[in-house]
Amino acid sequence: MNKVLTIENVQTFYGHIQALHGVSLDVDEGEIATLIGANGAGKSTLLMTICGDPQARSGRIVYKGEEITGKPTYEIMRMGIAQSPEGRRIFPRMTVLENLQIGATILGPDRFEEDLAKVYELFPILKERERQRGGTLSGGEQQMLAIGRALMSRPRLLLLDEPSLGIAPLIVKRIFEAIRRINEEEKMTIFLVEQNAHHALRLAHRGYVMVNGRIQLTGSGRDLLANPEVRAAYLEGGR
Amino acid sequence: MEPFLQFLINGITLGSIYGLIAIGYTMVYGIIGMINFAHGDVYMIGAFNAVIVYLVLGILGVTWVPLALVLVLLLAVVLTSTYGWAVERLAYRPLRGSFRLAPLITAIGMSIFLQNYVQLLQGARNKPLPPVIQGSFDLTSGSDFVVKLGFMQILIVVTTVALMVVFTYLITKTPLGRSQRACEQDQKMASLLGVDVNRTIGLTFVIGASLAAVAGFMVTLYYGVVDFYIGFLAGIKAFTAAVLGGIGSLPGAMLGGILIGLIEAFWSGYFSVEYKDVAAFSILVLVLIFRPTGLLGRPDIEKV
Ligand SMILES: Nc1ncnc2c1ncn2[C@@H]1O[C@H](COP(=O)(O)OP(=O)(O)O)[C@@H](O)[C@H]1O
Ligand SMILES: [Mg+2]
Repeated sequence: MNKVLTIENVQTFYGHIQALHGVSLDVDEGEIATLIGANGAGKSTLLMTICGDPQARSGRIVYKGEEITGKPTYEIMRMGIAQSPEGRRIFPRMTVLENLQIGATILGPDRFEEDLAKVYELFPILKERERQRGGTLSGGEQQMLAIGRALMSRPRLLLLDEPSLGIAPLIVKRIFEAIRRINEEEKMTIFLVEQNAHHALRLAHRGYVMVNGRIQLTGSGRDLLANPEVRAAYLEGGR
Repeated sequence: MEPFLQFLINGITLGSIYGLIAIGYTMVYGIIGMINFAHGDVYMIGAFNAVIVYLVLGILGVTWVPLALVLVLLLAVVLTSTYGWAVERLAYRPLRGSFRLAPLITAIGMSIFLQNYVQLLQGARNKPLPPVIQGSFDLTSGSDFVVKLGFMQILIVVTTVALMVVFTYLITKTPLGRSQRACEQDQKMASLLGVDVNRTIGLTFVIGASLAAVAGFMVTLYYGVVDFYIGFLAGIKAFTAAVLGGIGSLPGAMLGGILIGLIEAFWSGYFSVEYKDVAAFSILVLVLIFRPTGLLGRPDIEKV
């Protein structure tokens, strides 16, 4: 298997506070890998560190054989990584269409219509909301827009930060179905961060469990789902 | 009635100039949240560049007026936007992320620096420009007050309107404008989409300086004289216009500029020329008391 992403012993700090204590993991070409963990474990910090904001203080991040540690964020994203970040970060005073256009910034206009049609096919509600301002969408619609916006740059590695957070179960199902389709139809590699361990582990080929800024457990999605520790901590009587 | 019409014409002319400068204040505030106090001086440098280019063209023998004016405009814009870019690159960018007052203090320092720089290079005396565009239409006749619409006034207003059309298109419809608005709303997210935020901020200064250069060029032709100090008062008035219109709002900057121009023209006409600046600033104070976000500004509720 070709590795798309390799993270080696990464440490990240916010000022004096250490958020990642030597994280190592890798993501293979074409797979859905998931990272689960409690609130505050450091999941979002890891996704943002991959994107260079904040920068890792030590360790190495390699994307498709090229080290990206220390590069500025916009250069990393131009190499084919896209992120739907925590909190979705839709541009509130831009329309849905403009949010998707800015998602295609690094590609230019040539294949815009084609990609737009794909995103609308994946999330038809976005087409209906095309002229509406991002800030007026519901949480679920904003999440779909955040994923759609990330897809508009034709990434080879898609980073998703808790796409189910604060969203009605029915919509969550639809979003996870879309993630599966993107992976299967576009052969896109996906790194999915979730607290919703049940959904994430069922979807993923491989899972990592993060506790306090460290990777505690690794295994296939199926194995982790069956693991008593994981069940106790993340599935039964909790999230 | 006739004086009213005359003050209206004068006010709109003056207001166009203030509006063009005000856009530079409001765009920079929108994207990095600082008041660029050196912007008025960039406008002053625009005026000087226009004079210098005009004189150089004269020496080179470019005497056909329309060609000379177009060349002066283009070269003044290019030279002045280089100053705008350099100010951001050298003085403000290194301070990004430091405490809030640092860029503000630096901006005041930059303003003084630019004034002294021009004073040293060009001398303290004002520089005259031979009148290039003269003449006017008489809009009324017969009565003892003849309303005049100067050709230069027409040029100023038409140029401003044309610039506003191009500028609005640039901001609302082009990739550059979208990146600019994205950086204004969420810089972290913009960079996650591959937008080079530093470059976009630099371009914002270039656009603001270009508009200021056009204003400086037109003022030079209108009044026929510049000195190193004109940026101070014009800068404060334009800043007032930006706040009046709602700082951060582009249509607000233009509206605020026109209003300040009108207030000044009518006040000078009906009351007293000496107190025209007081009038403009008094209106500002009233607006800030009753409508702190300015006329077209939006209350900051959408920020997460
Ligand atoms: N901008 C920040 N400044 C300081 N500390 C932060 C910041 N963001 C996150 N942290 C801290 O880093 C740790 C990991 O946070 P985060 O990566 O958001 O966790 P998760 O996404 O797993 O919930 C937490 O202790 C959090 O308080
Ligand atoms: Mg998080």
